[in-house]
Amino acid sequence: MIAQTTSDPAERGALAFVRSAPAPDLPPPMASVGWIGWLRANLFSTPFNSFLTVLIVLLLAWVIPPVIRFLIVDAVWTGADREACLSLPAHPHVGACWAFVRDRLAYFTYGSYPISDRWRVDVFFIMLAFGTAWLLWLDAPRRGLGAFYFFVVLPVTSFFLLYGLPPAGLEIVDTARWGGILITIVVGWVGIVISLPLGILLALGRRSQMPLLKVLSIAFIELVRGVPLITVLFMASVMLPLFVPPAWSPDKLVRALVGVALFSSAYMAEVVRAGLQAIPKGQWEAAYVLGLGYWRTLGLVVLPQALRVTIPNILNSYVALFKDTTLVFFVGIFDFLRTIEVARADPKWATPVTSTTGYAFAALFFFLCCYSMSRYATSLERRLAAGERR
Amino acid sequence: MTPAGLGGEDPELGRVTSEFAVEIRHLHKWFGEFHVLSDISLTVGRAERVVICGPSGSGKSTLLRCVNGLEPYQKGEVVVDGIVLTNDLKRIDIVRREVGMVFQQFNLFPHLTVLENCTLAPIHVRKMPKAEAEEIARHYLKRVRIPEQADKYPSQLSSGQQQRVAIARALCMGPKLMMFDEPTSALDPEMVKEVLDTMVELARDGMTMLVVTHEMGFAREVANRVVFMDAGQIIEINTPEAFFSRPQHERTKLFLSQILD
Repeated sequence: MIAQTTSDPAERGALAFVRSAPAPDLPPPMASVGWIGWLRANLFSTPFNSFLTVLIVLLLAWVIPPVIRFLIVDAVWTGADREACLSLPAHPHVGACWAFVRDRLAYFTYGSYPISDRWRVDVFFIMLAFGTAWLLWLDAPRRGLGAFYFFVVLPVTSFFLLYGLPPAGLEIVDTARWGGILITIVVGWVGIVISLPLGILLALGRRSQMPLLKVLSIAFIELVRGVPLITVLFMASVMLPLFVPPAWSPDKLVRALVGVALFSSAYMAEVVRAGLQAIPKGQWEAAYVLGLGYWRTLGLVVLPQALRVTIPNILNSYVALFKDTTLVFFVGIFDFLRTIEVARADPKWATPVTSTTGYAFAALFFFLCCYSMSRYATSLERRLAAGERR
Repeated sequence: MTPAGLGGEDPELGRVTSEFAVEIRHLHKWFGEFHVLSDISLTVGRAERVVICGPSGSGKSTLLRCVNGLEPYQKGEVVVDGIVLTNDLKRIDIVRREVGMVFQQFNLFPHLTVLENCTLAPIHVRKMPKAEAEEIARHYLKRVRIPEQADKYPSQLSSGQQQRVAIARALCMGPKLMMFDEPTSALDPEMVKEVLDTMVELARDGMTMLVVTHEMGFAREVANRVVFMDAGQIIEINTPEAFFSRPQHERTKLFLSQILD
């Protein structure tokens, strides 16, 4: 074979040896495979990278052990009051006071919701978890029905469940008594449920041919995006009562919900607009010439494609929205963070570690919620990318 | 040639009985200041095949897009199957149901399967039961010779197959007129023939066709008349035989010498 590919006749004659079988595969050099190869390629590829690796390892060694010691090793898991979490000669180093969190967990979850009615909140949590799972599980049966349940049935039933329906034996529970994780979930969920449809409408308005609609949409989006959420919340809770007679003035929680929903829909509008812009004009035209009008073209052809490409961004906005719900704290609503604020000031549990423990618990809660949303977004992104390659 | 609104089948739609599939009378269109179509008059008879050719930017595609209301026009009149096309959205939608259109870029719906692409409009516009729509879709997919691709997604098909799906999708609405806007210009060269063959078959079955194309072989084979456009005007209309062998106009001669050699 080699001899045939050589063009020079003299050289061809000079070849004394021609291999008759292909050479066997050689194993790769030791230093390029296995864990040694991995280390060399990823951690110690250049002197500077080696230096960075050592620096980061030292940093982790400095930070992680004390955190673990505080949160787990030295932590106090049981106890009835502050005595358990005080530094005593027997155990001088006191870590996180988880006994405090365990003791106040019901308060963190329900706020001041009447104890005898807390089952209603539990039912709401279960219904919400069910709806969310149905919607997020992409291969679930009857997903259209799932969306109807999540966006229509659930909001109505949970309103009566949580607020009350006297004829059905559910006593009215004033929203001033709602609190904790319940409030955080309700605010986040209402923001999520309202901001998507409203954001789609605003995005369509912004791209509309009708000048008035277009100007109004742009004005709303830019105005809301140009103002911090805390300002929107203050305006909703402080300024609104100035314009509306007291009897008409909506509930404090409702005002905050409206503020959060409007704020997030302005952001959602921009996310959806990016998706709409990614759909070529030819898709609209192809649907138009088949006789599908504007709304059917939108619903059957454009939005399914536009939302598909924006789902990761939509979930990203949801993560931001969920964290932003803590700002309702400032307009006097007892969200999860506020309950921790109140509980840590309780003399019954006043110890040097109570505040740290409370905030660590809050951080853990938000991290778990947001990280799972972001993991879901990542897996969805991967799945959709696979769909595009079909 | 009855004026709109006087007599006819459906006065509300301005529908009149017309011997023509399309009548375009003294049509003018401007894009801003640019006079893109100037005094266009053209009729397409029933079962007639008209091929429009001309250099790029001559307004061929815009003319087609005026016939199904994708582009508004400022002056003149377009009558499709006896319906005077105005800015009335209801009328435009009715005209669009009767007029199929095939685009240069196929414009299939990528999130739907081939079969779903074909059944979408019959189900949602014609209110056809799903089973019936699928039966019709499979019939036309067989006619464009890709019945086995029905459950695939457009991105899994070759460009020629995609364009044939686009033709089948338009046929599923049972159009009275089919318009083709440079249907072979975006195809890989080896796929041009399969799409042209499909169009030739369609012509043989008696479909009324209005085709913008540079495929002169196709024009020779199926066209009843060839229209040459340049700079927004119709320069020459003739039978294919006369058009190719005895072009009347200097600009036509120049154009033909550029594309045929």
